[in-house]
Amino acid sequence: MSERLHIDWTACRGRGLCGELLPEMLDLDEWGYPRPKQGLSVPRALSGPARQAVGLCPRQALRLQTEATS
Amino acid sequence: MTTTLVGTPGLLTDPDAGPIRLSHEPRRLLVFAEEAGLTGRGGAGFPTYRKLAAVAAGAQKSGAERPVVIGNGAEGEPASGKDRALLTHSPHLVLDGLMLAAEAVGAEKVYLYAPADLAPSLRARIAQRAPRITVVEAPDTFISGEESAVISRIEGRAALPRDKRRLVVESGVRGAPTLVQNVETLAHLALLARYGPSWFRSRGTRQEPGTFLATLSGAVRMPGVYEAPYGIPLGELVSLAGGPSSDLQAVLVGGYHGAWLPARAEVPVSRAGLRQYGASPGAGVVVALPTSACGLVESARIASYLARQTAGQCGPCVNGLPRLADTLIRLARRDRDTRLPGEVERLLGLVAGRGACHHPDGTVRFVRSSMATFAPEVRMHLAGYCTAEGASDV
Repeated sequence: MSERLHIDWTACRGRGLCGELLPEMLDLDEWGYPRPKQGLSVPRALSGPARQAVGLCPRQALRLQTEATS
Repeated sequence: MTTTLVGTPGLLTDPDAGPIRLSHEPRRLLVFAEEAGLTGRGGAGFPTYRKLAAVAAGAQKSGAERPVVIGNGAEGEPASGKDRALLTHSPHLVLDGLMLAAEAVGAEKVYLYAPADLAPSLRARIAQRAPRITVVEAPDTFISGEESAVISRIEGRAALPRDKRRLVVESGVRGAPTLVQNVETLAHLALLARYGPSWFRSRGTRQEPGTFLATLSGAVRMPGVYEAPYGIPLGELVSLAGGPSSDLQAVLVGGYHGAWLPARAEVPVSRAGLRQYGASPGAGVVVALPTSACGLVESARIASYLARQTAGQCGPCVNGLPRLADTLIRLARRDRDTRLPGEVERLLGLVAGRGACHHPDGTVRFVRSSMATFAPEVRMHLAGYCTAEGASDV
């Protein structure tokens, strides 16, 4: 099993915290909304920061989902 | 609008010989749908059998609630009139199809989601024919027919798309396995139950069997809704609507989330035939653009409409679509800024895949096809000219 970030676009208001906590995975676009650099699969090494970004999102718009590895 | 048919029995001309039921073996509908190769007629073209099977299976899981079945007649697409035509001319087929689907999956609640002005006549018809069905009125917005927006509305909230954590077939209305099926698909199910899969497959192509309702508008002599087999050459389809009313340069296929392609008579209207243009038949919308009109002006107008129809929930859509529309308007108005096409491309990349529903993605597809199909016009505009001098401004 591997982990994947899920962005709830209806909840996200572009506060930008995720971009600061997880810069390896997320850029912020010109309006402040997260933009994945290369997909949303979370490399094992970034599992910690990803959890932190999920936990600290003020809009609770980020989630970690487990996905079956192929 | 005119409403015409090809061949019989037809979706819009069925004489109503009494309710169609498979009461003794309701699950036979799944077999019929699979053998017929019926696909959803709401735009996405998903195999109907697989959706029916998924909802039926979800209901059998322990602790699962009984399924909900919804007939979707919202048709927010301005260039589409086929669901309205069906609900007006053949409501009995929609109601029969809805009940057949409901019985096939063992549904507890059955809804018909339809425009408010059609609700009174539908309720009267339902009272006589299928009293289990509840009519819920759909607001007149582009996005009101999106699957998760339909679920929200049925639950009594605003018809806005939601974030999708689970598939609707597994967890839809109040967590129950839910089948949302376009009303044309339901009407096909009713005829399929009566005439069988071989009859269904006698029209259309091997890979894409059956007929579909096409809504033709723009530069055609008799705009309206016509039933045609998948694979029909574009020229023949336009002929059903009386032929072009002037020389055509392009057609928009699949609606405002669809794609433009050159007006070539031989192109088969099917997923396979349209794939090379990045288009698909979608919900059967065909808009014919005359050579006297400017493709960029028309595209900018549609992109502006799509920007106004954002549900207002997702940042990239709320911010990106208006910017995209403004950039297209500048191109249409012959603003001689050579950076504009690059800016369109950049904005497309910013909105693609970044929303709870497919409104951004559908808009991306439409704008991308506009830039490709009208590429010569883009060059003309950047030089300050327009091939359709005298065309209306955006």
